[in-house]
This record gives sequence, C-alpha cells and structure tokens, in this order.
Amino acid sequence: MQCDFCKNKATVFLKQLVDGEMKKMRLCEDCAREKGVTDPTAFSLADTLLGDGDLEEAGKIIGGPDDGGLICPVCGFSFSKFQQVGRLGCSECYGTFRDEIQKRLESMHKGVVHVGRVPEGLLEAHERQQRLEQLRGRLEQAIAAENYEEAAGLRDEIQEIEGSAATQP
Amino acid sequence: MMRFSTLLKYPADWMAGEDKGVGVVLTSRVRLARNLRDEPFPGWATKERRVAILERLKPEVESLPEMKEGFSQELDALTSLQKQVLVERHLISREQAARGEGSAAVVNRKQALSIMVNEEDHLRMQAIRPGLNFAEAYGLVSGADLQLEAALDFAFDHELGYLSACPTNLGTGMRASAMLHLPGLVLSDQIGQVLQAVAKLQLAVRGFFGEGTESLGNLFQISNQSTLGESEETIMRRLERVIEQVATHEVNARQKLLEDDPDMVNDRVGRAYGNLRHAYVIASKEALNLLSLLRLGAEMEFFPTATVEVCDALLMEIQPAHLQLHAGRKLSPEERDAIRAEIIRSRLQSLEPPVMSRQQEGRTENERPEKLDDL
Repeated sequence: MQCDFCKNKATVFLKQLVDGEMKKMRLCEDCAREKGVTDPTAFSLADTLLGDGDLEEAGKIIGGPDDGGLICPVCGFSFSKFQQVGRLGCSECYGTFRDEIQKRLESMHKGVVHVGRVPEGLLEAHERQQRLEQLRGRLEQAIAAENYEEAAGLRDEIQEIEGSAATQP
Repeated sequence: MMRFSTLLKYPADWMAGEDKGVGVVLTSRVRLARNLRDEPFPGWATKERRVAILERLKPEVESLPEMKEGFSQELDALTSLQKQVLVERHLISREQAARGEGSAAVVNRKQALSIMVNEEDHLRMQAIRPGLNFAEAYGLVSGADLQLEAALDFAFDHELGYLSACPTNLGTGMRASAMLHLPGLVLSDQIGQVLQAVAKLQLAVRGFFGEGTESLGNLFQISNQSTLGESEETIMRRLERVIEQVATHEVNARQKLLEDDPDMVNDRVGRAYGNLRHAYVIASKEALNLLSLLRLGAEMEFFPTATVEVCDALLMEIQPAHLQLHAGRKLSPEERDAIRAEIIRSRLQSLEPPVMSRQQEGRTENERPEKLDDL
C-alpha cells in the first residue's frame, strides 16, 4: 500500500471519525515522523499533517476527499469539522458558514443580534449598519401596507446612507 | 515582568479574604474572549502561526499599565505542577494547562487580572474580585480590553458581535460567574430545587472547578450561558439579581435550620471542628466538606468571624498541587492526605471549641440554675 504523500510503502495508518464516517490515511514511516503523526502531544491534526500553508489541502484530507460540505476559503476549515468539534477555524468562517451557524444561535443565546460593546473604531460603522437595518425593516412594512409615499422617502434615506458609506475612504 | 515562580509564593488578593460581604458569595469573575481578525483561531492554527500570534500579542498584553510588575510566562516553560497550581487558583483554565508551545499567561501583581494568550481564543481576559462584585471585575477587564483594542484589530461583526472560536461565546464574548457557598441549602435538601430554578433562567450551575466538575465543599458556580443579544450590563444585572436571591434563600435556610433543628447544626459543626483539629490523614473531598461546615459555623458566630478567612485560605492551600508546592516535591496521594491534615491542624491550632447556637445556649442557661440548686 502506498503512502498518501510519497510513493513509499505505507506503514502508519491513521483513522479518524469525521461526521460519523471513518476516514483513513496512509503514511510511510518517514512522512509520519516528518509530520509528527506519531507524537501524542500533537496540537491538532491539521497542524501535524501539513504544517504552514496548504490549509485547504489539509481541510480536504481531514474532511475526506468526498466531503461535499463547505470549506472556508480563508483558513481551509470544513463545516463537517465544525459539526465534529463545535469550534470554527477563523473569524472568516462565520461568513462562510453563516446560514448554518445562524440556525444554531437561537437555542444558544437570548438573541441573534449583538447588543453591547462595540470596538471604538467601528462604532460609527456599527451605528450606520443598525440604522440601515431599521430603515429597511420600515421600508418593507411601508410597501406591505401599500404606503408608497413613505416607502419612497425611506428608499431615498437608505440610498443616501449607503452612498455616504461608499464615498468614505 | 516576573516569572511565575515568584507569583506562586504569594496568595492572590481576593484569596486573602478582605472586604467580604454577606459571606455567601466568595468571588465574582468576569472574562472576555477576543480574537484577531486576520489570524486562524488557536485550535486550528499551525504551531508556527500560534507562535507568531503569541509574539504579536504578548508584548501588547505585558505593556498594559495594569500589568506593571506583573507576571508573564509561556506555558511550555512551566512544569505540570506549576500549571496545576495556576488552575487551582483559577488563573489559567484546565484547557490552557493542557497546551504547550505558543501559549502564555500574563497575570497582574495582585493576581486579580489574568490574560491568557492562545487558549481557545487568541485572548481570554479575566478579572476576579472578592464577594459579589461584577461591576468591579468588569471594570478591570474592560479597561484592559479598551487599551488592547487601540493597538489590535479585533474580529467583530455588526450582527454577531465579537467573533469567537466557539459560537457559544459570540456577541459580548463575556462570561460572568460567581462562586457561592451554600451549606444551608444543601443541609436542608433545598439545593436541587434552587439550582433547577437557576438553570431554568438559562444560567449555568457548576461545581467547584468549572465545567463538568462535581460540587465539593458545598461550593457552586453560577454563570451566564447566553452571550449574544443582551448587553454586558444587562447580563450582569440579571445574574446579580439571581445570585442575590439564591443568597437570600441560603441565609433563610440557615436561619430555619437553627430554629428547627439546632442539635443537628451543632452536631455537624462540632464534629467538623473535632475532625479537622485532630485528623492525621484526610482526603481532599472530606477536608473540603468539613471546612465548609466550619465556615458555616463561623458565619453563625460559633467561632470568631476571622475563622471564615482561615477557611477560605485553607480551601486553596489543601488542593493537591498547592500541597506539593508547599512540600517542594511530588507527593503520593497518601503523603498528600497526611500533609493536608498537618496543615489544617496547624492553621486551626488556636481555634477555641465552638460556642453553640443561641437556642441551645438559652436552654443550658435555663438548666444551669436548677442544677446548681440540686447541688
């Protein structure tokens, strides 16, 4: 049997349960040592396998070649890995897996929208964002109530705020 | 910055037992989770990335004014015993103790503020204060947060708030928790009921050492579970109200025990005093439970009030790692039980026998003249 990384004979076999499915990996002795697979104090599987860089590759290997799920383009973390460990790979994962995570928030927290401290540098942007969401909500209501005059006013206000954001450096 | 070997020799200011309130709430803790926008979370980062993140964060944390003359050390430079002492003191988490390269802890002089780098999140900042005092703990930790935020780009989303490795910490990234001593509710069998009511309010109840630990010494931790959708102030206010209510139930339970069954209370406290004063071999669990009863006795004024502080200090001193630190070597469990008993005996050496509950006293006073007449 060949090593998954080079053409040598594989002698180390790694198994991991991913999302209820057993994934297997074959390594030769040299690759296993080089990647620290035999080190019991290893930090994380991705770490030991591919070191720096090539994280997408690591995500594919760990998630298995037939992992049809989402993978974060920034850090290579797969959604099936999240289902397994309950933690995410990086802050961008929240963008990648947004819909899936959103579904889980309601049972976890009192609300689904942040209330409370905002980093000082983002305060203005945060307030603008919240104002926009508020206006969009009112716009929807106005349209539903066929109150087109108010809707037009709200639309202009939204466009003005969006425009001012776009022109900012 | 000093190394932890110095820190370990001195107790934290909140352990010394100054300015305590009711006595039911031992300590209040507030922790914030923060992450860098452009780096993978510690659990997914490679070792090289983690070391780079640490090198970026550690100098920023060490240069906080609050950390002046503080302690700073990378976890891989500590022995497992030293790490265990820090866990027993709640200065680092068990999870962090298991980590090695690329992880560090920075603790201020008073051991009231501790900042872990590369635990589950890039930064876990925590403040501990004595008594029920979330406001002061939050003030301390949010001061550090504000200063760090000026130098670092924290991951933040307009809807999800501060982004954390685990979605259970989203939003404020804040967990506030208080340690409560509830012997009255345990002795009167009301504890289950009270804790169930607390759990229904979406608050978490745990034993002495956090997640998944059983309750020892009648000590319980209550903390918020939800971090998203409410402001820091709202979370703390809600938690504080519930804790005040639990504390009131505890005080009432003690009162009722003294009225309904003073013999039982006197017996429990008296036996605890006897065993602690005269034991030569004592396991951790037994010691914690007896110290809880001695502390209860002190709060019922069976002993001088300063006894409460002795109990609180002992609570920490008799933990396995603290014992071994005291002995200066690794101890077998049997040796620990003997040294534990020795330390307890020496601390309680001058403690006079309890002056029992007033009802009992009243009865003896009434009985005494009769007996004198008999003579």
